[in-house]
Amino acid sequence: MKYSHLKIGLFIPCYVDQFYPQVGIATLELLEKLGCKVGFPLNQTCCGQPMANSGFEHLTNDCNSLFMGSFSEYDYIVSPSGSCVLHIKDHLKVEGKEVESKAVRKKVYELVEFITDVLKIDNLEASFPHRVGLHQGCHGQRGLHLAQMSELNAEPFSKPETLLKNVKGLNLVELDRKDECCGFGGTFCVSEEAVSVKMGKDRVADHIRHDAEYITGSDMSCLMHLDGILKRKNSSVQVKHIAEILNSAVG
Amino acid sequence: MSKVTLDHASASDVFNADEPYVNWHDETLWFVRHKRDKSSKQLPEWEALRQTASDIKHYVLSHLDTLLETFERKAKENGVHVHWASTAAEHNEIVLGLLRKHNIDRMVKSKSMLTEECHMNDFLAKNGIEVIDTDLGERIVQLRNEPPSHIVLPAIHLKKQDIGVLFHEHLGTEEGATDPQYLTEAARQHLRDKFLTRRAALTGVNFAVAETGGFVVSTNEGNADMGAHLADIHIACMGFEKIIPKQEHLGVFLRLLARSATGQPITTYSSHFKKPREGQEMHIILLDNGRSTQLGREDFRNSLKCIRCGACMNTCPVYRRSGGHSYHNAVAGPIGSILAPNLDMTKNADLPFASTLCGSCSNVCPVKIDIHDQLYKWRQVLVKQGHVPKGKEIGIKAMSVVLSQPRFYQWSGKLGRAVMKAMPFVVNNSLNPWYKNREMPEPPQESFRDWYIRNRK
Repeated sequence: MKYSHLKIGLFIPCYVDQFYPQVGIATLELLEKLGCKVGFPLNQTCCGQPMANSGFEHLTNDCNSLFMGSFSEYDYIVSPSGSCVLHIKDHLKVEGKEVESKAVRKKVYELVEFITDVLKIDNLEASFPHRVGLHQGCHGQRGLHLAQMSELNAEPFSKPETLLKNVKGLNLVELDRKDECCGFGGTFCVSEEAVSVKMGKDRVADHIRHDAEYITGSDMSCLMHLDGILKRKNSSVQVKHIAEILNSAVG
Repeated sequence: MSKVTLDHASASDVFNADEPYVNWHDETLWFVRHKRDKSSKQLPEWEALRQTASDIKHYVLSHLDTLLETFERKAKENGVHVHWASTAAEHNEIVLGLLRKHNIDRMVKSKSMLTEECHMNDFLAKNGIEVIDTDLGERIVQLRNEPPSHIVLPAIHLKKQDIGVLFHEHLGTEEGATDPQYLTEAARQHLRDKFLTRRAALTGVNFAVAETGGFVVSTNEGNADMGAHLADIHIACMGFEKIIPKQEHLGVFLRLLARSATGQPITTYSSHFKKPREGQEMHIILLDNGRSTQLGREDFRNSLKCIRCGACMNTCPVYRRSGGHSYHNAVAGPIGSILAPNLDMTKNADLPFASTLCGSCSNVCPVKIDIHDQLYKWRQVLVKQGHVPKGKEIGIKAMSVVLSQPRFYQWSGKLGRAVMKAMPFVVNNSLNPWYKNREMPEPPQESFRDWYIRNRK
């Protein structure tokens, strides 16, 4: 296998571990099917973002230290969450271990960018015959540049769209606002409940207006929030992490 | 205005009670953002312009002392009086002093967010001076006795029906009239009389040019010109960061300002003021009011690059769904949220948290202020200085303890999921803000880690 020499550490964010094991499984299976040697350090917990975004970055040293201890031996750290990856990339710091911290920050990748940029694969030969709307998580998009941002006067591109367009039978729906935030925002989703919910409702409405059967994305946190809204309104539209779609029927 | 000030989340809750209204507010501002996109994409050099503007402002912020002194010297040579004010109160006193000296008790004022920041109208009113705002949007909110909800579009939170009711009451327009042209004409006639009879006019300043001592005021209505040209005294007020080094730099900023603000290539009027006409007095007030403190905060210094275009408000998904007044600060939205804590951390501690950190604001900013990064950094400062609710602090501390210890985390997760399964009412209740309008995720039988151990170890 072409990639078997790479030591890949799988980082499954805390809430995915606890609530969405199927996303972790899809990520692992997908990477394995692509020929990667993947390890899952059992002592991992969280990227520290929930504390840091609430203003408590100074309380994340132990969490960061745990992360570094779990992953420093790997060549690449791959995770199915743009938001957690961005947080590690921008903020992972362990006191007294600046060099090692930097090394970890440099080798962490979100799943989609790992596939398109490191493995350099565009077509996963998956099959998912449905109408799908792509929700671009802000941190993945604006932070990790998984796709061009509508605010900029620059060439359009989209790494997740590239992969999704090559999925057999998948019909990617156009949205009115393709990179508007869903309103999850970590603790924002409860501390600013009214705005958070309204933002989520508006995102969901955009997908429904364009007859999406599924909403996908590379951040389960956004999808969890959108799913909560969909379920409350008894909608038949479902959310599915992009790893689950890309892992469907890989040859 | 003795209303109780609600924090951003509570004010947003009130704002969101009327969903069709929120939809309208969101669509209206999104339309402006869309116009900005279209117009910026017509300039192939757009991104380079933004970088150039940011670089010029960078130079300005590191040479403020000499640039301001040069500006003062040049302005004085042009026959302009220059005043320095270190606080809002000093600024207001200077304006009052000038008016008293000339026995003036009525003044027209074009748009100036600085005077909002200084609460100047209230201060002058208490001292017997009547100020008439001549920008249409500002006049509207002034008649309603409320602050602007947006720095460029002060009355964007109001529908034409609201204006009809207001003008019927104050300007005697026909009851039920909502035709924008009719209402605007009424405002025009009302304001014309004020322009013709006021001896003093106050304007803001968009750009002050160090090398010439001149300054530029951008408006769409020409009301700054009308006021300044007819008055015996023209008072121009500016925050000292409005300085730019050279006249030629206007070519960068004027191209960015209106495109970012409304999608227009340029404002209808870009009026260059340099010296008073014969018999007129011209005054410029240079205000600090916390700007030197912000300049000294390395992480937040770049917020002083702001040219007040309002693009970050129009693009902000939170602003569009909470309205400008929810920010309880003269400057609302993302930029207001990084400026306000500098003025008063206690009062404005909620604002940096009124964001999902989506980053759209930084992308539209014509001077490339790292707004969302500064929001994150303000959160750290505010927490360290104790401006955070105790309950939140306890919760986050507990979370950090759990997440720092793998076994504790695994055990808590298992327990939490079991409780959610067995007793869903523990989380599915009105005490859980998530559950108010969203279902909780379905807890699975096992975590990914459990699955991994069963299947891969």
